[in-house]
Amino acid sequence: MHTRLSSASKEVTIGDDQPFCIIGERINPTGRRLFQEQLRAGDLSAIERDVAAQVAQGAMVLDINMGVPLTDEPALLRRAVKLVQSITDLPICIDSSVVEALEAGLSVYEGRALVNSITAEDDRMAEILPMVKHYNAAVIALPNDHDEIPMEADKRLVLTKKILDTAVDKYGLAVEDIIIDPLAMPIGADPNIVNVAYETIHRIHDEYGANMTVGASNVSFGMPGRQTINATFLPMAMTVGLTSAIMDARTPQIVEAVKAADLLLGHDEWGMAWIAAHRARQVAEKASTP
Amino acid sequence: MTPEELLQTLYDETLQGNAPTVLALTQQGLDIGLTPESLLFDSLIPSLEEVGARFERGDFFVPEMLIAGRAMSGALALLRPLLAETGVQSVGTFVMGTVKGDVHDIGKNLVNIMLEGAGFHVIDLGVQVPPEKFVEAINEYKPDIVGFSAFLTTTMPMFKANINALEKAGIRDSVVVMVGGAPVTQEYADAVGADAYAADASATVKKAKDLIAKKRAAVSV
Repeated sequence: MHTRLSSASKEVTIGDDQPFCIIGERINPTGRRLFQEQLRAGDLSAIERDVAAQVAQGAMVLDINMGVPLTDEPALLRRAVKLVQSITDLPICIDSSVVEALEAGLSVYEGRALVNSITAEDDRMAEILPMVKHYNAAVIALPNDHDEIPMEADKRLVLTKKILDTAVDKYGLAVEDIIIDPLAMPIGADPNIVNVAYETIHRIHDEYGANMTVGASNVSFGMPGRQTINATFLPMAMTVGLTSAIMDARTPQIVEAVKAADLLLGHDEWGMAWIAAHRARQVAEKASTP
Repeated sequence: MTPEELLQTLYDETLQGNAPTVLALTQQGLDIGLTPESLLFDSLIPSLEEVGARFERGDFFVPEMLIAGRAMSGALALLRPLLAETGVQSVGTFVMGTVKGDVHDIGKNLVNIMLEGAGFHVIDLGVQVPPEKFVEAINEYKPDIVGFSAFLTTTMPMFKANINALEKAGIRDSVVVMVGGAPVTQEYADAVGADAYAADASATVKKAKDLIAKKRAAVSV
């Protein structure tokens, strides 16, 4: 199953026979005090650095979240989408829990965006899915509902089915345009919770063949050595069917782990991308030695 | 084991989050004549304070905080009825809940554990808690503090709705309102008229204690 995202000039395909889709998580003010203050003052200049750093390490799509309390989030997101599209040709994942902000971002976006996100809640689907259809976008869906974030794979599978059925039958979306987020939660809070994520990924892949993405950095929250945990979590998830992640795309250790997993899983034929990356590094090293 | 040795061992084992040993030592302490107050205030609470301090310094991590808190909870389950009999004043009562529209609870649960560890009586209302349920719980439990947790920018406005509901019920001044959650900031807490904001579990405990000390000092004047 292939999910196609695009900007005005570039297309990215997500699928289980494709290289893993690295969605850069960095353009997000949560936990970034300085960035929050800048955004509150209408200063978007930090975004340019975030774009450059993520593009340099191999991001393939960029997530944009402008969730700063007490601001006009739709206006900020609209500006941010335009800004990012003016400096990179990577497709964008428009990320907000505010429906009006999603609409604002979509209205100025050129190409086929990814919308982040809906849940299995009926009201959330009713508000967002017609918009996704109208703007010809794809959407990330979280299998939680009004009552809880399920801690067992069974319930997550039930909600995944509900989302897929509703999106296709009621709102006329193509099944490949729904990317399921199997819910990756902090291992520090529950020793079995990442096993639940792996089981969920495996079963969604087997039963629906749907593309999936996760907020990968969640997994290492509250732990030391976060980069190593993230760099290990992703290849393991890839072996059971994860096809994309919203992740730290600035840390070479993590990105390289994903690229190596692509090679080992047969998604980088003859290692041509792996070898090309090696050569690019050699050139860069040579250029930086006096 | 002398009483001093027992208190020290209990402190060390709590710090390590060794729940079965902590429970056994608590029972052993009672058996050799230590009072529930002494076990709580001379060993368990100082141990959890040290956990909080280490977490703040970045020397302790989330799972260590969690297992230390759980070890402490086990001991508390044994001590609480005995403490109630002797009429020891609790550190404070804390009603906690994730606001309506929001189902995130990992952060809230961590905060609960650390609050219990500090000796608070915590009443957890769970997730998706509507304003009227907070009002009911405040009327029922008469807490010192009520805590609202939100993980989404879309659910944070419920802080204001909750505070309005408290005002309407005439109980706003009877309780300290604390707010927290990943996207929440001090500025936001101020804007909605909360009394305090805390960024993580150990900061919550510190602020909660300060606020209660202030409140009790004000009452005694």
